[in-house]
Amino acid sequence: MSKKVLLSSKEIQIILNRLACQLLENHSDFKDTVLIGLQPRGTFLAKRLTDLLTKEYGVKEINLGSLDITFYRDDFRRGDKTLEASKTHIDFLVEDKKVVFIDDVLYTGRSIRSALTAIQSFGRPAEIELLTLIDRRFSRHLPIQPNYRGRQVDVINGEKVQVLWQENEGQDIVYLINE
Amino acid sequence: MSELSVKHLLGIKYLNKNDINLIFETADHFKEVINRSIKKVPSLRDVTIANVFFENSTRTKLSFELAEKRLSADVINFSAAQSSVKKGETLIDTVNNILSMKVDMVVMRHPNPGAGVFLSKHVNASIINAGDGAHEHPTQALLDSYSIREKLGEVAGKNVVIVGDILHSRVALSNILALKLQGANVKVCGPKTLIPKHIESLGVTVETDLRKALNWCDVANMLRVQNERMDISYFPTTREYTQQFGVNKALLESLDKEIVIMHPGPINRGVEITSDVADSNQSIILDQVENGVAVRMAVIYLLASKIK
Repeated sequence: MSKKVLLSSKEIQIILNRLACQLLENHSDFKDTVLIGLQPRGTFLAKRLTDLLTKEYGVKEINLGSLDITFYRDDFRRGDKTLEASKTHIDFLVEDKKVVFIDDVLYTGRSIRSALTAIQSFGRPAEIELLTLIDRRFSRHLPIQPNYRGRQVDVINGEKVQVLWQENEGQDIVYLINE
Repeated sequence: MSELSVKHLLGIKYLNKNDINLIFETADHFKEVINRSIKKVPSLRDVTIANVFFENSTRTKLSFELAEKRLSADVINFSAAQSSVKKGETLIDTVNNILSMKVDMVVMRHPNPGAGVFLSKHVNASIINAGDGAHEHPTQALLDSYSIREKLGEVAGKNVVIVGDILHSRVALSNILALKLQGANVKVCGPKTLIPKHIESLGVTVETDLRKALNWCDVANMLRVQNERMDISYFPTTREYTQQFGVNKALLESLDKEIVIMHPGPINRGVEITSDVADSNQSIILDQVENGVAVRMAVIYLLASKIK
């Protein structure tokens, strides 16, 4: 197994600032916008961006939620393992709001497909956008593309992208793992 | 710890502590789901479930059916009263006929103890026991423990008394097994005639004085007197039973502490429990019903993920 650093802590910091600015450009005061981190790994990125926007860029208030897509996945009973759920926490209405899905890695697009179904249980959003830190090119199973991307990478099958966060794993770093 | 150790839910007897924890953690997520404005998830859209009831039921059947529908499973219902069982068909034949319509899971209630275990050995589907005679009623025990956990934070170390007709109660046996597995202390209380011999071998103690039992406990689970299962008289009159083993407001208020009141339903108001107690703040009877759907969704979801 070999491990290569794709993004260092400093590069991640620069990218997060850029993504925050891009969100700001499109959503200005975030009054009609809600950010939804996708469980389990998208929630760290969503929290980071929210903190950046409120602390560094002067946004007063941002509605931040987390959405678990386990029960909406299309591979139930198709693998060996029982799919384990995480917590969904959305304490606001998404009806007529601009929703931004936030996830760490965009790969096949199937999680996003599930998230699109799942969010309907909370109302009918005005529009939905997608933000991902890493966009794996050439690996999509569905016609889904991000509106905001941190870094686009070419990764072959058998390779894995691993995103680690300071608050969970002790450091910000993105690895490319060859198994 | 991410999957159940069993393929069927035949009784609490076959579960371990990790299974129960997994069911409760999964039920937490489903409880959030059933409190959304759209209460449905598509997980089981390619699973078909048959509810096969050889004995009457309102609550359990509705609860299972709702849980199945909330998970998007296809549901077929069968009750013995309107079926070929009356024409002499055997249990295995009945169920195999249902299964040949491509059913993946069977939820069964049957008057004979062990019917679920018997069926699981002869048919190729996942079986959930929804009550087999006076033997087990595992989902009821799970939702009871889940409700205690929700109300008091945890089940371990809590004192629970089960009051009433222990002899004819599948709820009592499943509850005793589930509570002991999670480390609770369990007492049973009722007329001596309605307490089975050697029940101490399950690790419970027997108390015939209701006031003493209530003063000891954190939770009292009041059972219904099952007149339909009684072929002889077990106590002189209903009035005498109520005087000795019925819980009323005055009795609750005279206790040293505030205890939690549970009842698996259906309630005989004025017999084992008075209306003002059943409807009081101390009662979590309706929480039990709500939790029943979430717990059954968890059980069905976890068992369905093992169907290949």
